[in-house]
Amino acid sequence: MAILVTPTTKVLVQGITGSFGAKHTQLSLAYGSLIVAGVTPGKGGQLFENTVPIFDTVGEAARQTGATASAIFVPPPFAADAILEAIDAGLDLVVCITEGIPVNDMVKVKRAMQGSKTRLIGPNCPGIVTPGTGPDSHGGCRIGIAPGYIHKKGNIGVVSRSGTLTYEAVWQLTSRGVGQSTCVGIGGDPVNGTSHLDVIKLFNDDPETHGIIMIGEIGGSAEEEAAAWIKANCKKPVAGFIAGATAPPGRRMGHAGAIVSGGKGTAAAKIAAFQDAGIGIAQTPSEMADTLLKMM
Amino acid sequence: MNIHEYQAKQLLSQYGVAVPAGEPCKTVDQAKAAAEKLFAAGHKLAVIKSQIHAGGRGKGTFKHGFQGGVKLAKSVADAVTYADNMLGKTLVTKQTGPDGRVVSTVLIAAAEDIKKEFYLAVLLDRANSLPLIMASTEGGVDIEEVAEKHPEKIIKEHIDPSMGFQPWQGRKIAAALGLKGDLAGQAAKMFAGVYKTWWECDASMVEINPLCICVGADGKEKLVAVDAKIGLDDNALYRHKNIQEMRDLAEEAPLEIEASKFNLNYIKLDGSIACLVNGAGLAMSTMDIIQHYGGNPANFLDVGGGASKEQVTAAFKIILSDPYVKGILVNIFGGIMDCNVIATGIVAAVKETGLKLPLVVRLEGNNVVAGKKTLAESGLTLITGDSMADAAQKVVKAVGQ
Repeated sequence: MAILVTPTTKVLVQGITGSFGAKHTQLSLAYGSLIVAGVTPGKGGQLFENTVPIFDTVGEAARQTGATASAIFVPPPFAADAILEAIDAGLDLVVCITEGIPVNDMVKVKRAMQGSKTRLIGPNCPGIVTPGTGPDSHGGCRIGIAPGYIHKKGNIGVVSRSGTLTYEAVWQLTSRGVGQSTCVGIGGDPVNGTSHLDVIKLFNDDPETHGIIMIGEIGGSAEEEAAAWIKANCKKPVAGFIAGATAPPGRRMGHAGAIVSGGKGTAAAKIAAFQDAGIGIAQTPSEMADTLLKMM
Repeated sequence: MNIHEYQAKQLLSQYGVAVPAGEPCKTVDQAKAAAEKLFAAGHKLAVIKSQIHAGGRGKGTFKHGFQGGVKLAKSVADAVTYADNMLGKTLVTKQTGPDGRVVSTVLIAAAEDIKKEFYLAVLLDRANSLPLIMASTEGGVDIEEVAEKHPEKIIKEHIDPSMGFQPWQGRKIAAALGLKGDLAGQAAKMFAGVYKTWWECDASMVEINPLCICVGADGKEKLVAVDAKIGLDDNALYRHKNIQEMRDLAEEAPLEIEASKFNLNYIKLDGSIACLVNGAGLAMSTMDIIQHYGGNPANFLDVGGGASKEQVTAAFKIILSDPYVKGILVNIFGGIMDCNVIATGIVAAVKETGLKLPLVVRLEGNNVVAGKKTLAESGLTLITGDSMADAAQKVVKAVGQ
């Protein structure tokens, strides 16, 4: 089954005509994903790459094409507004790739999402991939900017705050002949739509997922919360890695959310929580796949 | 971005928060004029405060031997002596490291008659994505210590961002702090102003420590933000021209400023193995794996998802400007990024900078075969690593020799 998206999920792209959005829409189309619509205000009625219809609003695009998921490539000042529009259109899933959205904009979005049926992934994330069955996992659903070809269809779920570390974990799995059910990048911002725990719960309920790699980093306490739930409830083996053990306190390490402040959010505290929950600890990022495979 | 205390107080006073009378001074003459103004207005004491982006100023020492980055002056002459010992001098505190910071501005302010000290802060509660006001009767001390030893003494109030701060919340916090009568009313108004500063300036944190009950010249009690610290959300600076102008480049590491010109995310550390990586998570864990194998990372450097040849060259130059660097580890997972473009950039950068230090390169991902071929045929004496672990062990070994 995979989680969140399947190869039949119909996807629209907000910001399809920008250079970043256009490039990754082409890559998703080439991967075989169902990109059925684009949204760029003022360009409604045009076609992207002579195939994908462009609409002025998300609501119109969803109604006319049946899209249930959105990928957002809108620049930071306008990204929160784009998320709110997607929520209003009643989409099931919104994946916001944009990096650099003001935190207070996301605080407002998060409040506006209460009671809505929409799930937001990101922002500042690589997106989601549910691999397909074709060569190089072609035919899957790719929403975002992850390289499709490194995946392989299978039974491991991957969830991470970091893009390149997700690719690292996925590639380690694929190189060992082990495939993935779904790979989810939840993003590196302090306020995000979906947490580690949300994704772990979905993996736990997904019969196609047999094991989980959870990649975290310094800042916040989302990893600790996920670990506590895993300890009490998770039926599947989980291996984890935490980045940032050598990061100096008080400094933001690239990701807006990757900061140790007031002694909170340290790698040591997160690793201790993982250990307490029986999560297999990868001592280095090179050992993420092997740590999980030894547990299975 | 961080700003100075005097700038934080300027922002707060724009939102109606009472701060002590005073002004920032960059010269001794300005300091003299500011002190004269305060004493002429009837203030009995003035405080001279070094403006640097680091705590522990009061207990700090200047490199020329002068004790204390914050001083109380009883006269204009005192104020001038203190300002003269601070301006242009280097202040070392427990937070600056041994290099210290040059004080280019002092804040000369009225020293208030303080009756009681409180703590007040507004920040984001990441656990539920809501703004949080934290207050405590334990002001003027290290709040992290209070939170650890006496968590019951920390008052917490979440704010609904769709409604903003409500008057009843102000009354609730004031009551919890034991404030009564007119002071409770003043406090409620002040909390609203502090919250508004946080929200409207897109601050990551506003901290007032101490927030004080002071006795005015008229004998009446009033609430005053005696010290203030504001951190701002870098992602929101684009919509605050006035705050952008508050950036003080002298407070930032020169190499970090240079890196920001090329859209490179660089943070200098004190180890000897430099790293150049794409992606923040991978960059952090590259530092971690260097340490895991017994080395010490010299920096965090994320070249981003679409690094150009120019960026890679700039990154090499920045890394090599750090005199403590003894070796370099390049770790690239080129998912979409073409590994050959990166390889070409590395070869060009090594030739242009005349690199003599050991260089270990680990490339993986898109077009990696062509990338490795470019490196192999470049004639450069670089070491290749097959995995992150392999590359990290090789660079640690190369630097150890």
